[in-house]
Amino acid sequence: MVELLEQAPLKVGQWWIARVPEAWQPVAGACLGAALIVAVFAGLFALTTWLERKGLARIQNRPGPNRVGPCGLLQPAADGLKMLIKEDIRPREADRWVHTLAPLLKVVPVICALGVIPFGRHLVALNLDAGLVFFFAMGSVTEVALFMAGWGSHNKYSLLGAMRAIAQLISYEVPLALAALTAVLVAGSLSLPEIVDSQAGAYPGGLARWHVFTPWGLAGLVLFFTATTAKANRAPFDLPEGESEIIAGHLVEYSGFKYALFFLGEYLLLFGYSAVGITLFLGGWRAPFVWLEWVPSYVWFALKLLVCIAWFIWLRGTVPRLRADQLMHFAWKFLLPLGLLANGSALLWQASADWAFPGATWVRWGLAGGLVLVPYQILGRALMGGAAALPRRYRFAE
Amino acid sequence: MSPLERYLIVAALLFGIGLAGALTRRNAILVLAGIELMLTAVNLNLIAFGRYGGHAAPAAGQVFVLFVIAVAAAETAVGLALIIAWFRHRRTVQLDEADELRG
Amino acid sequence: METAFHLLAAGVLVAAVAAMSLRHLVHCALCLVAVFAAAAGLFLTLGAEFLAFAQVLVYVGAISILIVFAMLLTRTRAVDMASLSVRPRVLGVTAAGAVAGFVIAAVLTSGALPEKAAAAPAVPVRDLGRELMTQQVPALLAVGLLLTAALLGAVVLALREPPAAPSGKEPRA
Repeated sequence: MVELLEQAPLKVGQWWIARVPEAWQPVAGACLGAALIVAVFAGLFALTTWLERKGLARIQNRPGPNRVGPCGLLQPAADGLKMLIKEDIRPREADRWVHTLAPLLKVVPVICALGVIPFGRHLVALNLDAGLVFFFAMGSVTEVALFMAGWGSHNKYSLLGAMRAIAQLISYEVPLALAALTAVLVAGSLSLPEIVDSQAGAYPGGLARWHVFTPWGLAGLVLFFTATTAKANRAPFDLPEGESEIIAGHLVEYSGFKYALFFLGEYLLLFGYSAVGITLFLGGWRAPFVWLEWVPSYVWFALKLLVCIAWFIWLRGTVPRLRADQLMHFAWKFLLPLGLLANGSALLWQASADWAFPGATWVRWGLAGGLVLVPYQILGRALMGGAAALPRRYRFAE
Repeated sequence: MSPLERYLIVAALLFGIGLAGALTRRNAILVLAGIELMLTAVNLNLIAFGRYGGHAAPAAGQVFVLFVIAVAAAETAVGLALIIAWFRHRRTVQLDEADELRG
Repeated sequence: METAFHLLAAGVLVAAVAAMSLRHLVHCALCLVAVFAAAAGLFLTLGAEFLAFAQVLVYVGAISILIVFAMLLTRTRAVDMASLSVRPRVLGVTAAGAVAGFVIAAVLTSGALPEKAAAAPAVPVRDLGRELMTQQVPALLAVGLLLTAALLGAVVLALREPPAAPSGKEPRA
C-alpha cells in the first residue's frame, strides 16, 4: 500500500505517456512534467495569497478576507479576475518591447528553475548533473527582467527603484551561494537528487540525518533562508516594493495582467528557493523520523514547503522593514563572513568524519559549531555600533 | 562540413562581429561589450575543440573556459570602474574625447 | 540537434550584429544579453552543461547588469540614451572582416581537424572539479588572487572622494 502510493504519480505518468505514439514520447513526457509543475505551483500560488492575507490579518488582530466564499477561500479567484479585467496601461513614452517582455522574462526562467527540484523519490523533471548551478542561473536571469521593468517604464522613480532592487538582489546572491555551497561540500555533488540521497540514514533513535542537524547545516539553513527572504523581496527586505517608501518601485507603471505576472513570478521564485533550501538542508522528500517513512515522499515535501511559506508569512507580519543601507551592510559585512565561516565549518566536519576516539562527536560539534557561533557573536556585537537592545514594552489594544 | 568546422566558423564570425564593434563604436562601454563578444567566441572555440577534438584531456577545454569566464568578469569590472572614474573626471564616455595625453 | 544548432547560431550572430550596431545604448545591452543566452545554448548543444549554466550565471546575471549600471551611471542627457553617430565604419568593419575571413579560411582548408564526429566524451561535473583541484590548482589560486585584486581595484577606482574639507566624521557611515 505504501509502495503503491509512493509510485502512484510515476505509474500514472508512464501510463499516460505510453498512450502517445512512439516518436512523440520524449516530448510528451517533457510536456507532462512542465504542465504538472505549472499547474501545481500556480495552485500553490493561489493558496499562498489567501494564506498570506489571512495570516497577516490575524497577526495584525483583524479578520482578513471573509466575504468571498467560506473563510474567504475564493478570494484568490476574485483577485485573479480583478487582475485580468483591469485596464493594461502602458506609458506613452515607454519602450513597447522592453515594457512588455519584462514580465515574461521574470516568469519563464523561474518556471524553468522549478524543473530541477526533486519533489519526491521518483519525481524530478530534470535530473541535471549541475542542477544547483542551473537553478541559480535561472534565478539570476530575473535581475535582467527587473532592470527592463524599471527602465522600460520611462519613469525616473521606477528606474531608481529598479537599480536599488538589483543592487539588493546581487548583494544577497553571494551569501545564498555560499550557504548552498556548505551542503554541496558535504554531499559532494551539485545534483539536487544526489544531495537528497546524501541525507539518507538515521541517527540512533530514529532521527533522520538531515543536514540541518549539524552545526554547519543549521548555520547554512539560517543563512540560506535569510538570503532567500532578500532575493524574493519579502519583508523585512521588501524595500523595492514597499508601498510607503517608493510606491511599487520598478512596478509602478505596471497594471493588470503584467502586474499579475510579476506577482506570480515573485511568489514562484519564493517557492523555488524554499524548495531548494528544503532539498539542501531539510532532507528534501525524506521523513524526519524513520518510523514515519510510510507517508509518501511528495507529501513530506509538500508539508515542508507549507511550513516554509508559513514562516515567510509570519516573518512578514512581525519584523519591520530594513533601510537600503542597512540591507547592504547586513549582506556584505555580516552574512558574507558568516557564509565563509559556515563553509569552513562544513569542511572541518567533512575532514573529521572518520575520527573515532571516545568523545569525537563532542569535539566535532564543538569545533564546527564554535567556528560559526563565536564569530557570529563577535561580529554581531561589533556591527551593532554600540546600540543596546531596549527593554521590551508591550501595548495591547484595549 | 564537419560539426567541428561549423562551430569554429560561428565562433570566427562572432569574433569578427565583436572586433568590428570594438573598433567602430565611440562609447567606451560598447567597446567593452565588443571585447566580451570576442571572449565568448573564444569560449565557444575552446568547448568545440574539447568536444570534437582529440580526447586526450576532455575536461581541459572546459576548465580553460571556466578560467576565461572568471578573467572576463574581472576585466569587465575593472574596465567599467575605470570608465566611471573617467566619466566623473571629464563627464563623457566618448572615446574620441579621451585625448589629454595626445602628442 | 541540427535545428537547435542552426537556430542558436543564427540567433547568436543576429543578436551580436544588433548589439554592435544599434544606436540606442540600452537596446544594445539587451541584445548583448540575448547573445550570451544564445551562446549558453550553443554550449549546451556541445554537451558542456556546467559551463552553459556558469555562462548564464556570470555573463547574463552579473556582467550584463554591470554594463547596464555603467550605462545608467554615465548618462549625459537625462533621457536620451542614443549614442552619437559612429566613427567611419569602413576601416573597422574591413579589418574585422579580414580577421574573421582569415580564420574561416584557415578552418576550411586545414587538414588537421578531425573529420568524423566522435562520440561525446562525458565530462561530469565531478571530473571538472577534480581537474580543477588537482592539475590546475596553481591556475585556480592565481585566478582567486586575480579576482580579489580586481574586486579591490574596482572598489578603489569607483570610490567617490570625500568633499574638500574633511571633518572628523566620514561623510558616509
